[in-house]
Amino acid sequence: MNILVCISKSPDTTSKIAFTDGGTKFDENGVQFIVNPYDEWYALVKALELKEAIGGKVTVISVGDASNDPIIRKSLAVGADEAVRVDAADTDALFVAQQIANYAKEHDYNIILTGKETINYNGGQLGGMIAELVGLPYVAMATKLDLVGDLATIEREIQGGSEVLEINGGFVLSAAKGMAEQRIPNMRGIMAARSKPLNVIPPSGGESHTSVVNYELPPAKAQCKYIDAENAGELIALLHSEAKVI
Amino acid sequence: MSIVVFVSNTKGKINKAGLEAICYAADVAKTSGDSVTAVTVGSLEGDGGAGVYGASKLITGVSVNHSDSNQVTNMVSAVILDECASMIVTSHDNDGKQVAPRLAARLNCGIVTGVTGLPDTSSGFTVKKNVFSGKAIAQVSITSDKKILALLPNSHGLHEHGGTAEVSEWSGAAGTASVTVKEVKVVESNVVPLPEAELVVSAGRGMKGPENWGMIEELATELGATTACSRPVSDIGWRPHHEHVGQTGVAIRPNLYIAIGISGAIQHLAGVNGSKKIVVVNTDSEAPFFKAADYGIVGDAFDVVPKLIAAAKAFNASN
Ligand SMILES: Cc1cc2nc3c(=O)[nH]c(=O)nc-3n(C[C@H](O)[C@H](O)[C@H](O)COP(=O)(O)OP(=O)(O)OC[C@H]3O[C@@H](n4cnc5c(N)ncnc54)[C@H](O)[C@@H]3O)c2cc1C
Repeated sequence: MNILVCISKSPDTTSKIAFTDGGTKFDENGVQFIVNPYDEWYALVKALELKEAIGGKVTVISVGDASNDPIIRKSLAVGADEAVRVDAADTDALFVAQQIANYAKEHDYNIILTGKETINYNGGQLGGMIAELVGLPYVAMATKLDLVGDLATIEREIQGGSEVLEINGGFVLSAAKGMAEQRIPNMRGIMAARSKPLNVIPPSGGESHTSVVNYELPPAKAQCKYIDAENAGELIALLHSEAKVI
Repeated sequence: MSIVVFVSNTKGKINKAGLEAICYAADVAKTSGDSVTAVTVGSLEGDGGAGVYGASKLITGVSVNHSDSNQVTNMVSAVILDECASMIVTSHDNDGKQVAPRLAARLNCGIVTGVTGLPDTSSGFTVKKNVFSGKAIAQVSITSDKKILALLPNSHGLHEHGGTAEVSEWSGAAGTASVTVKEVKVVESNVVPLPEAELVVSAGRGMKGPENWGMIEELATELGATTACSRPVSDIGWRPHHEHVGQTGVAIRPNLYIAIGISGAIQHLAGVNGSKKIVVVNTDSEAPFFKAADYGIVGDAFDVVPKLIAAAKAFNASN
């Protein structure tokens, strides 16, 4: 069973979020980049678990320039067998989906995993778009996956609960918490990653219909109003009369 | 022309996030002169509330499997064609997340998810969305003729437009089924699901152990709130995963977020700083969460929370 895992580069979760060029560009100054946590902890590790159980190959794919290579190597260190980088700017999700769908079709992948969203753009779009472009079923926000032969049993989060689905044959899913547990790469993995293949390929067509015009930071909070712990109950009245939220 | 809104429903009622998406579309339609057509899967009681929030038509797809994104996309794209719609609105909830991106690829059009405001058409077409898990806001432009907007729950609000929607059944063919639903597990039936909740009571490691959550639940019940927790609390299994809020959990923007025994780490704040009012209860006056708070109580949760419960009870009795 060969599995394709989509990985994206995102700023470390503790990064200071700031913008340059009149609010049009993310300020990368001093920012540490990581594999998007949902892609790494859930999608990639689940793919590795499946491979360990039933054999096959795990390929990671990322769309971006050479600055993505460190996070691709990290994914190889965690355990992916090989990597592909489509050498193009990730202008929007549809463009990225077209690149990945083209690669998947050409190389006959019919199990494709993504994280539920990136922590920088919070789009949550890639998996559904790829599914449409390659003509496979799509399950969003999946928290469990079992494969027996061609039969996949997938649990996904729904409003106020979860549902268990069955799909016969290939599928695309976006992985959420519960799917797998984060794996920390060991020294052997890190050494091995250096010699695993990372194929850089040119983009193949594709178009974008969206672009970020500018960024802004949320308005600063007013001063915090302190209530004495002894009279904590006063809060309830304030929430009603002053904050007007209850 | 009309704006098509895809909404999901449970037990014959459109969920709150769906009604909010209809209301949003109706507000856009007010300036553009369009009408609003809602589409849903399965049948509803009457118009399911679609009319009150501004839809003039409601189309139900009785033969469509709501979990099969391909079937849903077949229906929604057929309705878009029938209605000559160029704008499609959905909620950025779990069903919207499964359908909207597939629809965007089918229509080869621009999509923005996690939208937080009405479109700006003064020069081109732009909308605002949350990015960096709530640490920033981006203004995104869509250049295609057709546009899909997936609204972040609780970012527009609900107000009535008045009226009822004319209900009709979709007569098209859903297409081959590729997904079978084996089981549906509903966790909370009488509590508003976290992403839609307006009031949230959340607790962290400061609660010491799962056995102490009784008071958190009691406070939530008194306020009519939904419970949430910090990540370590769900990681150690004190609380279920679906309660985990923050950068790697659920991002929420309720009207009120009460954080009890949570330090306010940057990854936690990322998922909750869109809340309209934040209350922080913490023994440590230096806890970073106080910087993001509207109201703060420096004190021991085990002493403060029972006082809040008593006050909430008294408040409920007199209102
Ligand atoms: C990549 C990454 C992603 C992450 N994503 C998330 C996320 O999505 N959500 C999230 O929550 N965290 C996330 N974290 C973890 C985050 O960094 C913090 O570790 C976590 O939020 C801390 O949880 P806490 O506040 O419950 O616990 P602690 O940090 O241990 O804080 C407990 C607080 O309780 C207070 N306290 C103790 N006793 C009492 C008492 N009796 N009464 C009142 N207060 C008391 C303490 O003063 C302290 O402030 C992430 C971390 C990483 C590295």
